[in-house]
Amino acid sequence: MATEIITPNAITMADFKGRVEPDWCPGCGDYGVLAAVQKALVELQIPQHEVATISGIGCSSNFPGFIETYGMHTLHGRSLPVATGVKMANHALTVLVTGGDGDGFGIGCGHFVHAMRRNVDLTYLVMDNQIYGLTTGQTSPTSRLAMKTKTTPFGNVERPVNPVALALAAGATYVARGFSADQKHLTELVKNAIAHKGFSFIDIFSPCITYNHDNTIPWFRPRVKKLEDNPAYDSTDWTAAMEQAQLWGDEIPIGKFFERTDVPSLHSLEPVLNSGPLVHQSNRIPADIAKSFIDELM
Amino acid sequence: MRQSFSIGIGGAAGQGVATPGDIFAKIFSRRGLHLNAYNAYQSIIRGGHTFLTIRTGPDKITSTDGRMDLLIPLNQDTVDRHLRLLSAGGACLYNADLIHPATPVEGVQLCPLPVSKLADISRNKVAQNTLAMGAALSMVGVGFAALESVLEEQFRKKTQAVIDENVSLARAGYDYATQNFKPFAWPLPLTDARYAVLSGNGAMAMGGAAAGVKFYSAYPMSPSTGVLHWMAEHAREAEIMVRQVEDEIGVINMAIGASHAGVRSMCATSGGGFALMSEGLGLSAQAEIPVVVIDCQRAGPSTGVPTKTEQGDLWQMLGAAFGDYPRVIAAPLDIADCFKLMPEIFNITDRFQCPGIVLCDLLLAEGRLSVDPAEIDFHPAIDRGEMITSNGGEHAPYLRYKITDSGVSPRVIPGLPGYTHVVSSDEHDEDGVLISDAYTNHAKRRAMMEKRMRKMQGIAAAIPPPQLIGPPTADVTLVGWGSTFGVIDEACELLREQGISANHLPIRWLVPLHGEAILDILRNARHTLIVENNFSGQFARYLRSETSFVPTGHIRKYDGEPFFPQHIVQAVKDQLAGKTTLSIPAHEVMV
Repeated sequence: MATEIITPNAITMADFKGRVEPDWCPGCGDYGVLAAVQKALVELQIPQHEVATISGIGCSSNFPGFIETYGMHTLHGRSLPVATGVKMANHALTVLVTGGDGDGFGIGCGHFVHAMRRNVDLTYLVMDNQIYGLTTGQTSPTSRLAMKTKTTPFGNVERPVNPVALALAAGATYVARGFSADQKHLTELVKNAIAHKGFSFIDIFSPCITYNHDNTIPWFRPRVKKLEDNPAYDSTDWTAAMEQAQLWGDEIPIGKFFERTDVPSLHSLEPVLNSGPLVHQSNRIPADIAKSFIDELM
Repeated sequence: MRQSFSIGIGGAAGQGVATPGDIFAKIFSRRGLHLNAYNAYQSIIRGGHTFLTIRTGPDKITSTDGRMDLLIPLNQDTVDRHLRLLSAGGACLYNADLIHPATPVEGVQLCPLPVSKLADISRNKVAQNTLAMGAALSMVGVGFAALESVLEEQFRKKTQAVIDENVSLARAGYDYATQNFKPFAWPLPLTDARYAVLSGNGAMAMGGAAAGVKFYSAYPMSPSTGVLHWMAEHAREAEIMVRQVEDEIGVINMAIGASHAGVRSMCATSGGGFALMSEGLGLSAQAEIPVVVIDCQRAGPSTGVPTKTEQGDLWQMLGAAFGDYPRVIAAPLDIADCFKLMPEIFNITDRFQCPGIVLCDLLLAEGRLSVDPAEIDFHPAIDRGEMITSNGGEHAPYLRYKITDSGVSPRVIPGLPGYTHVVSSDEHDEDGVLISDAYTNHAKRRAMMEKRMRKMQGIAAAIPPPQLIGPPTADVTLVGWGSTFGVIDEACELLREQGISANHLPIRWLVPLHGEAILDILRNARHTLIVENNFSGQFARYLRSETSFVPTGHIRKYDGEPFFPQHIVQAVKDQLAGKTTLSIPAHEVMV
């Protein structure tokens, strides 16, 4: 497959504009995430056809339909294994995975942990609104204690999962948290995450305007504190990252919690990929190899 | 009757039953003899009872039959269970220090090996196995050189001292038997043929490799794990990416992802794992991304009997995933067919962009069969279906799900400039835009359903209708599917020898089913019996649902063990005599 010659800065926001308008509620946090991802791709000048955007199911998982790339809308909770397969078959693609907290930390949590320990070179963007939106307002794995939802009418008694701490514990090599209402900061994080070689995870506060009346944009705005604003913070220090991940309340850290660059990504460990992406390799077994397979049985 | 010779080797798991089995298989196949081997075992790593049967002979050996010529018990339990399988002319070869057989039937030769006198058993724990192999080969009239060369290969990764020790042990057993035991009346013949010895799992893995599989994912599950083992071991030479995934949900979705990105992808599991894959099959069908899933059936339900065979997953396959969707399901007929089927099903799933299921079972997956190496074709036809690969200039807006007469919309593999699009598990229009949320549209939904389902006509045209084997009219017509092919084949031959004419209709392609072609054959049948390895007659029920055909009777087995030819022969006789319309043979080998 030949590659087009792309002149510098030839890639613009228009290239990533989806063919239909997003159908998210007016005021949904996900608009901010979509814009940040489009901006990041423009700033990185990655052509649309070299990007695969893969999602699960949920409001935020409609994302691939609203951005012009090679999109795939998979099953609830299964975006990460599908994306892993895509990356293994063609590691030349930039693979973005998008979804929500229910998709990623509920039904898909098992895959989340394994994708991180494998260090698959994916960028996983979770639009975390702490509620099930598309099913009209049930408790989610990140709903806070005492939160009232349709399934917890007397208040949630289950403690929420801590996505940042979970990612750190599972061995993710890039862990960040963003806020969809802080576009500039989020765009930088997304660029950074795409550039990271290995599994990059951004938990993005993307408040639900319709069903989550507790954790709203006005609730988050005074609380979020950028780690980048603290010159003493060292994002290569796993223990410091884990400590920051425990904070929740009047101060909630956002920004890059942790990055390590010494762990090879999964595809770079596969000798089968030495000759290039799998999809461009021959699908024929050479005659001498075939003969050796049969000889083993004789 | 087919001329054949059967050896049974039994012991506790961990006593080394497999190695003598492999060695015998190699020696027989190198003599140009056919063989069929079946290992009855349990879900235990050490202990229990494992019983390997190898049946060999100059003609095609399509099944085992539970009858033994030579029994090699490695412990007392084995001789207690199986001595009764020997009839006059048979022999039992055993370690005289440890094993004390009861009195066998008249004409059975007891062959005690004085193991502690022939070997230093303090050093070599499996000395009795090697001595017995040597002794056995002497008794069946095979020269020692054959064993010597196989032992050298078997231990080639060990030191020369290990090889020498094993060769001298085998020699001691060989010589002892030559001097002390009566050889078998029928020495094993030697032919010019040479066969490869394949397991079904190995055959399906190699068949996949030959078909151009570049991505294989799996979660270990008996009896399908052999496919994963072959793939993992040969991944680098075959240039196949092999991934062991956290669960079967991840397995199928990863395979679908790789397939979406453009490579042929495959996965294998058993019934329980398949249940987890069900939703993924729907994704493959709806997003129109081909994937091939192998299901090696074991006795269910639930964890069931993990080491025993059954054909109990048919309705799970038929009902897997919700909604109506195009797919293809095939059951390989024997171990050679496990290889041959793979490129065929891959071509169909690629051409019709749909899931394909290979419905195998433990009997084939873990059994062994001699196969003519010429049948193992690593250069089969590969048809990837309609794809747009051009990279040039202007073109009409690309419609991933373009409505066509065939139902097939040409694919574009991600990475091609100018063709970005979205594929989706949600219903969508031709452009890939979801019509499940904001843009629901019943007319488009109907058109999309009809487009996808039109593929079934193309698939039906691409697969051959089943063929009747044997005389066009017969006293009895035996219908089977998948792995019962071999045992029915031999049963028909035995019936004919006993004056009952029999023919055989094996079903290989299950979905789509050539119902009319089957009816055309069965309409003329005098007495039709459906043979299957399950409780409820799953295929009989399926055939009835598709064709309204009701057979005369049924032969079923669901005790975890495969049919033997004599089971079917007896059942046919009982049913022709009007004794019953449902025969459930009892298994005579206690494993």
